[in-house]
Amino acid sequence: MSANEFLPWVRRAAAPGAQAGMPAPVAATDAGADCPQDLQRRTFIQLLGIGGLVIAFGPGGARRLDAAEPLPATAANPWSPHVYVHVDDAGTVTIICHRSEMGQGIRTTMPMIIADEMEADWARCRVEQAVGDPRYGSQNTDGSTSIRDFLHKYREAGATTRALLEAAAAMQWNVDVAEVVARQHEVVHRPTGRTKSFGELVATARTIAMPATTSVRIKPPDERRWQGRTVPSIDLVPMTIGTAVYGADLTLPGMKVAAIARPPVWGGKVVSVDDGEARKVPGVERIVRIAETPVPGAFFPLGGVAVIAKNTWAALRGRDALKITWDAGPNGTHGSKSYRSTLEASVRAPGKPGRTNGDAAAALAAAARKLSAEYHVPYLSHAQMEPLAAIARVQDGKVEAWAPTQSPNDARNTIAEYLKVDAANVTVHVTLLGGAFGRKSKPDFICEAAFLARETGAPVRVQWSREDDMRHSYYHAAAAHRLEAALDAAGKVTAWRHRSAYPSISATFAPNVAGPTPDELTNGASDVPWDVPNLSVEVCPAVAHARIGWYRSVNAIHHGFAIGSFVDELARAAGKDPAAFLLELIGPDRKVDLSRAGLVAPGETYYGAPWADHPLDTARARRVVESVKQRSGWSTPLPRGRGRGIAVHRSFLSYVAMVVEVEVSPDGTVLVPRATVAVDAGFVANPDRARAQMEGALIMAMSNTLHSGITFAAGRVEQSNYSDYRVARMRASPHVVDVHIIESEALPGGIGEPGVPPAGAAIANAICAATGVRVRELPVGRQLDGWETRVAAG
Amino acid sequence: MITLTVNGVRRTFDGDPTLPLLWYLRDDLALTGTKYGCGIAQCGSCTVHVGGQPARACQLPMADLQDATVTTIEGLHPTGEHPLQVAWREIDVPQCGFCQPGQIMQAAGLLQNTPQPTDQQIDAAMNGNLCRCGTYPRIRAAIKAAAEKSS
Repeated sequence: MSANEFLPWVRRAAAPGAQAGMPAPVAATDAGADCPQDLQRRTFIQLLGIGGLVIAFGPGGARRLDAAEPLPATAANPWSPHVYVHVDDAGTVTIICHRSEMGQGIRTTMPMIIADEMEADWARCRVEQAVGDPRYGSQNTDGSTSIRDFLHKYREAGATTRALLEAAAAMQWNVDVAEVVARQHEVVHRPTGRTKSFGELVATARTIAMPATTSVRIKPPDERRWQGRTVPSIDLVPMTIGTAVYGADLTLPGMKVAAIARPPVWGGKVVSVDDGEARKVPGVERIVRIAETPVPGAFFPLGGVAVIAKNTWAALRGRDALKITWDAGPNGTHGSKSYRSTLEASVRAPGKPGRTNGDAAAALAAAARKLSAEYHVPYLSHAQMEPLAAIARVQDGKVEAWAPTQSPNDARNTIAEYLKVDAANVTVHVTLLGGAFGRKSKPDFICEAAFLARETGAPVRVQWSREDDMRHSYYHAAAAHRLEAALDAAGKVTAWRHRSAYPSISATFAPNVAGPTPDELTNGASDVPWDVPNLSVEVCPAVAHARIGWYRSVNAIHHGFAIGSFVDELARAAGKDPAAFLLELIGPDRKVDLSRAGLVAPGETYYGAPWADHPLDTARARRVVESVKQRSGWSTPLPRGRGRGIAVHRSFLSYVAMVVEVEVSPDGTVLVPRATVAVDAGFVANPDRARAQMEGALIMAMSNTLHSGITFAAGRVEQSNYSDYRVARMRASPHVVDVHIIESEALPGGIGEPGVPPAGAAIANAICAATGVRVRELPVGRQLDGWETRVAAG
Repeated sequence: MITLTVNGVRRTFDGDPTLPLLWYLRDDLALTGTKYGCGIAQCGSCTVHVGGQPARACQLPMADLQDATVTTIEGLHPTGEHPLQVAWREIDVPQCGFCQPGQIMQAAGLLQNTPQPTDQQIDAAMNGNLCRCGTYPRIRAAIKAAAEKSS
């Protein structure tokens, strides 16, 4: 019986270089001698990751475990003490990764934590990708939640397995369990030095009742082997030889390719279709209408006209040859220029309070010295490198999909709802994600594939072009912010009023949403770590005219930019060093339970966690600021045209400070030669991946701040591709990113997102330090052209 | 009928002569290491070698490839141990990994012509290859590491 019998797809050509026996990834710099070397050697692992089929190998042969059914306890089957862990009689440990891999390294970090706790030999562990199944707990890989929500569960899973294996050994030897200890894939009887391998213990272990999770012993820090140390990613080999499989890389027998013309305006409809030219394109086989989903469509497809073809090129050309007359609908008048004025008018009037301390209005009215500023941020598109693609097949009433999805359960439930089938008949396999940043938490594209597979009776890959991706995203909201502050005679902030307006993500899911709820301000605006007695954070109305969605760090992008920029403006107005001013604004060390600190109608949880677990700890904010101040050489002078900017922000329960150094050339080009980052995210399981996330967050913030912007005219997105939606490139990117991870055993916070919000402000503040030009509108674009002459002219 | 060599294998093609090499590699040969990212030569995800030089496969119609020698990421090194591939792993460059085949192919072209590139030469050669995860600093470091080892 070969594993391939269980694989429903075929990869038609064996790629040279994809043979077995590929080199193991080499341990990265600070790895120890006992660092795991290779989870990737077995070729079948290269096939997993792709389809998420769970195949367990036992003495009785391979067995397919589609939805991670708990295994019946028979000798032929691996032993599954936990939904995440299987062990077979040969001792091979299989860890099911239930989170999606999109660059954050979770396919490495999650199994590493479990293997560490269970004292498995990393080289004898394999990782398999879970299909969507509620039994795994939330699989929605979003909100920087993987470690902060699951660290303890992973530790428990590993520790429970270890406890059972130790109990099995004690039983076999007839000794007290206190005399045995698991060590690297075997259990040792300490008094005699006898050992039993994990494989030898499986048969006995499966007869032992599961211990209560509260009774298992989690390793204390000094017993950890890999947690908190750098472990190389398990997918490095396939990623560097071209065999890693993403959404468009699978082929099912008889598969067709579809490209879709979607309404260019949110809520638009097809009036008429002339498909004569499209049908003439060689390889085009069918044209299929997809009903438009009325606004707001949540995760459902936008609808439109699909061209089904033999191959991708024919599908794309056929789609481009369609002549469609569209009815734009009510959003056909949406334009970014007028919308900006609408948002600005909105923040110039009082909004709904999100946090109130003291009386900011009175303090501002009475203040001798006031400062105000307005900031504007455009819509953004994720522009992840992998354009959306998904594959689906419908057979005998069962739907099977393969997709680069952040949330296979949302995909599964949405497909079920859209096709009106039982979710039990829908299976969603998770491929690697070629970037995601929030776009791939929305399964509209997977629904399209499922619908077309059912309509055509053939497996279908829906392929989005880059232009499709740019024009039919769930956009990061355009936003306006107005900040006002009062300074006393000593230059201390005595009042802070922050009003913001941006279309709410909830408008994607419910009709007639007038704007964000005050709760949305807790994403880095109403939970600022400032020591200011009079504070008012308000949210102002904004109606959505486009699909709005999560984009890496969400509202904290514009909250962080506006707040961090304004603090720098205040420092300069007060004649103080921005870093010293920032520390003064953070004030004395204190822990604030935010749910009792003036928040208006706070949600039940804070980033999904109990409020009390994550008080605002200003000492942590202070420490990250002090770290970057010290490590960046903050006070060292720089020549004109170069400058440093500093900012600190808390989001997703982590504290991040950055000092960014920019070099602005006379033509206004901004380079970022160097950046210093300090992050306090509580316990950090895999520091090198955390560092990589900080590097990436900074560079994504360079794109957001310097280059990128989606604009609408007549309801349509004006950008099309990387030619007009510009993103950061190699030349401008840092040569040095010094990331300091604060060592901590505190409850983990997020890593993937919290680096973005302070980076935008730090870049803008550095530009001001370098050129004297204050950036209040993003992207910077060509705002700095000829800055030297303009600055000289005053 | 177009005859070309892909990763050392002779191939013949008699389909649509406007078909970009990218889709021939991906759809016809299932060499999916070459990625579609933009279709207009703005991102470099589809970088392959044609006649030993980096080229954007999305811009090359099959009609122009008579007798061409094409190398993709799958054929860069017989066992996947090109110095750049090794350096990429040592430095743990990839995040999502999607753009990395194109990055490696572009960098391989650079090192072929300029075995010891300066930072400026690296930046100039790699500026057309996008990475939204932001792995640029590590790509630069990996190219330097590979160049150093080869020196």
